[in-house]
Amino acid sequence: MHADMNSFYAAVECMHRPAERALPLAVGGDAERRHGIILAKNEYAKRYGIKTAEALWQARQKCPQLCIVPPDYPLYMRYSALARKIYASYTPKTESFGLDECWLDLSDRHMDFRRAARLAEEIHLRIINELGVTVSVGVSWNKVFAKLGSDLSKPDGTVVITPGNYRERIWPLPVGDLLYVGRATERKLRHAGIKSIGDLARCPSRWLKERLGKVGLMLQAFARGEDRSEVSMSDDPEVIKSIGNSVTTPRDLIRDEEVKLVYFALAESVAARLREQGLTSSCISISLRDSRLCSASHQRALSRPTDLTMEILDEVMALYEEHFQERGPVRSLGIKASKLQPADPEQLNFMPDRARREQYARIDRTVDGLRRRFGYAAVRRAYLLKDELGRLDAKGSHVIAPVPFIKGGETICSN
Amino acid sequence: MLELIPQDHNHEGKLYVPVWAYYDACGNIKPLALRLGDQNFIIDRILDVRPGASRKAGGCGIRYLCRIREQRFALYLEEDRWFMES
Repeated sequence: MHADMNSFYAAVECMHRPAERALPLAVGGDAERRHGIILAKNEYAKRYGIKTAEALWQARQKCPQLCIVPPDYPLYMRYSALARKIYASYTPKTESFGLDECWLDLSDRHMDFRRAARLAEEIHLRIINELGVTVSVGVSWNKVFAKLGSDLSKPDGTVVITPGNYRERIWPLPVGDLLYVGRATERKLRHAGIKSIGDLARCPSRWLKERLGKVGLMLQAFARGEDRSEVSMSDDPEVIKSIGNSVTTPRDLIRDEEVKLVYFALAESVAARLREQGLTSSCISISLRDSRLCSASHQRALSRPTDLTMEILDEVMALYEEHFQERGPVRSLGIKASKLQPADPEQLNFMPDRARREQYARIDRTVDGLRRRFGYAAVRRAYLLKDELGRLDAKGSHVIAPVPFIKGGETICSN
Repeated sequence: MLELIPQDHNHEGKLYVPVWAYYDACGNIKPLALRLGDQNFIIDRILDVRPGASRKAGGCGIRYLCRIREQRFALYLEEDRWFMES
């Protein structure tokens, strides 16, 4: 089952603003910090043709009376947590996909589509009654079709996709609706005359493999309803897969100094969050996006797991020097720590740098303690005081990002 | 520059009120009395407790259906604040 809260940010805002509820409303990013785009819009705004991700001024042109409101992430996180609590009362197997979407695994011996549809309807009603926002629910025997089902049931309702009806319901949909068919893949498929999901399902596998490689076969399996991936229980705190942080900077970064400064702040945050969860990481990756919105990321395996700020920072700097020497002005950057494992009390270690590691760990513990008690700004690295960029509290402002759907798909390069 | 409309938590339709509440040893919370203007009212009875949302007030939380002097009304616990529809 896949549950998707509709126009989530806008729905929560409308709920909390009775005065603006009946007006065209959109949640917009902060123009001054260069997030000046529409993040979500309500039904009224949709009628004016306002699209997510367009610039605020474009939206204003289409609808001069549009109410644009700033995002209130703590509020959205609260709603998201409340919704997850409702889902979790039906099954422990839930997997969030961003703040507003979630897969639920309800399969057991006694489950059939009729019962699942009843449960879907119940969840749908509970979200409306208890949170005051609407949710679309798709029920199916695999995650991909369940997600398509929830898209079909928008703006509000439930849809059941069974082995008996998927050819009529799913196959006529445009191929771009399928999970992981992005713009580039859609273009390639369209060129070859594959317009609908049904076309993709019926297309010869050999041809797809030649054109798109392994991904082609995966997409075809999705289209045929052969996706077997499990709901990953990612909401269980035991199985956090990676910890990452990224920011869009208030201005384009040109000098190496500036980029390093921001990486520094991000590394501090990622390391602090690793320690908070009692985890260590043995793979660090960094990503960078330039002002033309081209992005790239690189990763590196560590010789031993770490949660030390200084060690993570060294790796990040090494990766940066190695891969991003030639780059345009930088717009956003990020760091991710993966291959996580619990931070066991360290085993006896005769490495020569043991004393130094212990020292680092002591510093980190002290800084974490001070910040817990007195706030982030209580202690800061002198290096970060050089520029206003260093003031960004990456940890405090972090937002949950969708967990990657394809496992092992760690490095993503796109140009 | 485009102006963004800030959220007004204290709007017409939503009234945050001071509440006296009892926490039992398990952490269950029961409102006992509330203050409206300069008057205190004792809650005579709690008729129903469940998670709920109020469209009128614009908010959600634990909804306590209460009775004070034969009048029924809903009191919402929104994280750590109490509100009612007005």
